[in-house]
Amino acid sequence: MNAMTPESLEVAVARPGSAPRTGLGLSMRLELAESLRSRWFHFYSAVVVGLMVLLITTGISESRVLGFTGLSRLLVTYIQITMAVLPLFILVTTARSMVGDREAGNLEYMLAFPVSLPVWYWGRFLSRLVLVLAPIAVALALAAIYGLARGHAVPWGHVGLYAGLVGALAAAFLGLGFLVSSLSRSTEVALGASLLIWLVLVALLDLLLLSVLIRQTFVPDFVIGIALANPLQSFRTASMILFDPQLILLGPSSYVILDHFGVIGYVAWAMGYPVALGLVLAGLGYWRFSRGDLV
Amino acid sequence: MITIDRLTKRFDKRAVLDELSLSLAAGDRIALIGSNGAGKTTLFRSLLGLYRHDGEIRFGGTGAQRRDASVLGRIAFVPQLPPPLRMPVGELLAFAERGAGADRARMTDIAEALGIDLAEVARRPFYRLSGGQKQKVLVTIALARPADLLIFDEPAANLDPAARAVFIDQLAGRHDASMLIASHRLEEVAPLVNRVIELDRGRVVLDDAVIDRLREGEFRRAEIVLAEAHPPFARALAEWGFDGDAEGLRFTGPVPAAETFRFLGLLARYGSLIERMALDNDILRRS
Repeated sequence: MNAMTPESLEVAVARPGSAPRTGLGLSMRLELAESLRSRWFHFYSAVVVGLMVLLITTGISESRVLGFTGLSRLLVTYIQITMAVLPLFILVTTARSMVGDREAGNLEYMLAFPVSLPVWYWGRFLSRLVLVLAPIAVALALAAIYGLARGHAVPWGHVGLYAGLVGALAAAFLGLGFLVSSLSRSTEVALGASLLIWLVLVALLDLLLLSVLIRQTFVPDFVIGIALANPLQSFRTASMILFDPQLILLGPSSYVILDHFGVIGYVAWAMGYPVALGLVLAGLGYWRFSRGDLV
Repeated sequence: MITIDRLTKRFDKRAVLDELSLSLAAGDRIALIGSNGAGKTTLFRSLLGLYRHDGEIRFGGTGAQRRDASVLGRIAFVPQLPPPLRMPVGELLAFAERGAGADRARMTDIAEALGIDLAEVARRPFYRLSGGQKQKVLVTIALARPADLLIFDEPAANLDPAARAVFIDQLAGRHDASMLIASHRLEEVAPLVNRVIELDRGRVVLDDAVIDRLREGEFRRAEIVLAEAHPPFARALAEWGFDGDAEGLRFTGPVPAAETFRFLGLLARYGSLIERMALDNDILRRS
């Protein structure tokens, strides 16, 4: 036990170097310990891994659609599902996380420990990224093991690039979720805002709204700008490029992408831009979080 | 140790802390009292750097800086309501040990004294413990930390009487730390404190250095007349060394000056039975 006398207390407080302090590793470990027991993580893991198991058991890798078969066919299908599931899951769970902890009183207690705000915030961000990506890594590993067992050629390059794209997409939506959580004063607001944002981003996929915008004679550069800025769209297009380098599936708009970026350039954009976007949004979230009341 | 200068905190333009100024010296053991909404929890949160505020809070003569982790390393805090943390208790204890310097052996000893087996609950999620168990774990962590200042917000609210008594004993044994304890049960923390501060609408309305007037070894003579006989109350007074008349209506006896608050707390429980009472201002000395 600390055997300080009252007379020496003032000296101790004025000599902060001797005080205990929480580092990034410990902060991450704490968040992992907390989230690993959360229902959202269990449900999310079950969905992400369960979908892969479902696709494997339905024998989708044995079918052939537009020339895709084997593990490529399996991964293409999984990508499309991931694009629908991953962003929504990340947004909803992350947007609720900090504001939920604030409402529950977790922040009041945990932030009373000697942990600096940047360490706490970014430790939490990194832990969430690990948590979100871990089940996908498990799903991809399952697919690879299944492919090897069935004698399929495992497209390791594609698996690696796809994992990178998923990581980038996760970073973008994690950053968005942290920003929403920092701005919201209640879980209801955070939940509503995250659903609205997801719907807007889905609506801005090229299927519907972009065609309407073009028909309404918007400047094409503006429409292309929207498509490039939408992390969902960049993920979708880049994941197509991995398996369809000529972007035949995408139609005429493929010319714009291939003329301006090329295959490697676009894949690099689709990996770099969402990560940068996520970090900027999370940084904005930190800025907002650190300047307001923490609880 | 801590200087608070014109601390003001507003929520929706309503001042919960209103230009509150206060100095906490090293060795101060303060009972912070006040009705609901008086500003006790807001003051604690401001001290812990959880709120933005106007005015200044300076720790140990250092400049005002919001949420200094080094300062927080010297402050142990127990909130009014235990947080619903999902992590296992063992993980929380490990965090307190590695990140906040809590002593593992001391945590085990304190928890044992409070009546909770840390090894038994280590794997259980914290939020699944009972209210009393949660509070015991939080108190254990706080008391095992090398803190110079203990901030407790209604710390004994969820504790059973036995654990409450142990908790008070543990606090009394922490001579190395200053304390700031918010409690609705002043009689409970009264033996611990040497200063009582009352807040009302965000201002200090009473700052009483108890020890100056109510010293150890000094007694005040009290007389209590009941409206009707009440054996449990008579027994409680007998434990204080009071003598009663044959009808069990009139009692006289000495009250240790340093335990005046605790005695008044006892009277408050039987307030409806008391017809008349007197507490002499004259201080008696006993060897």
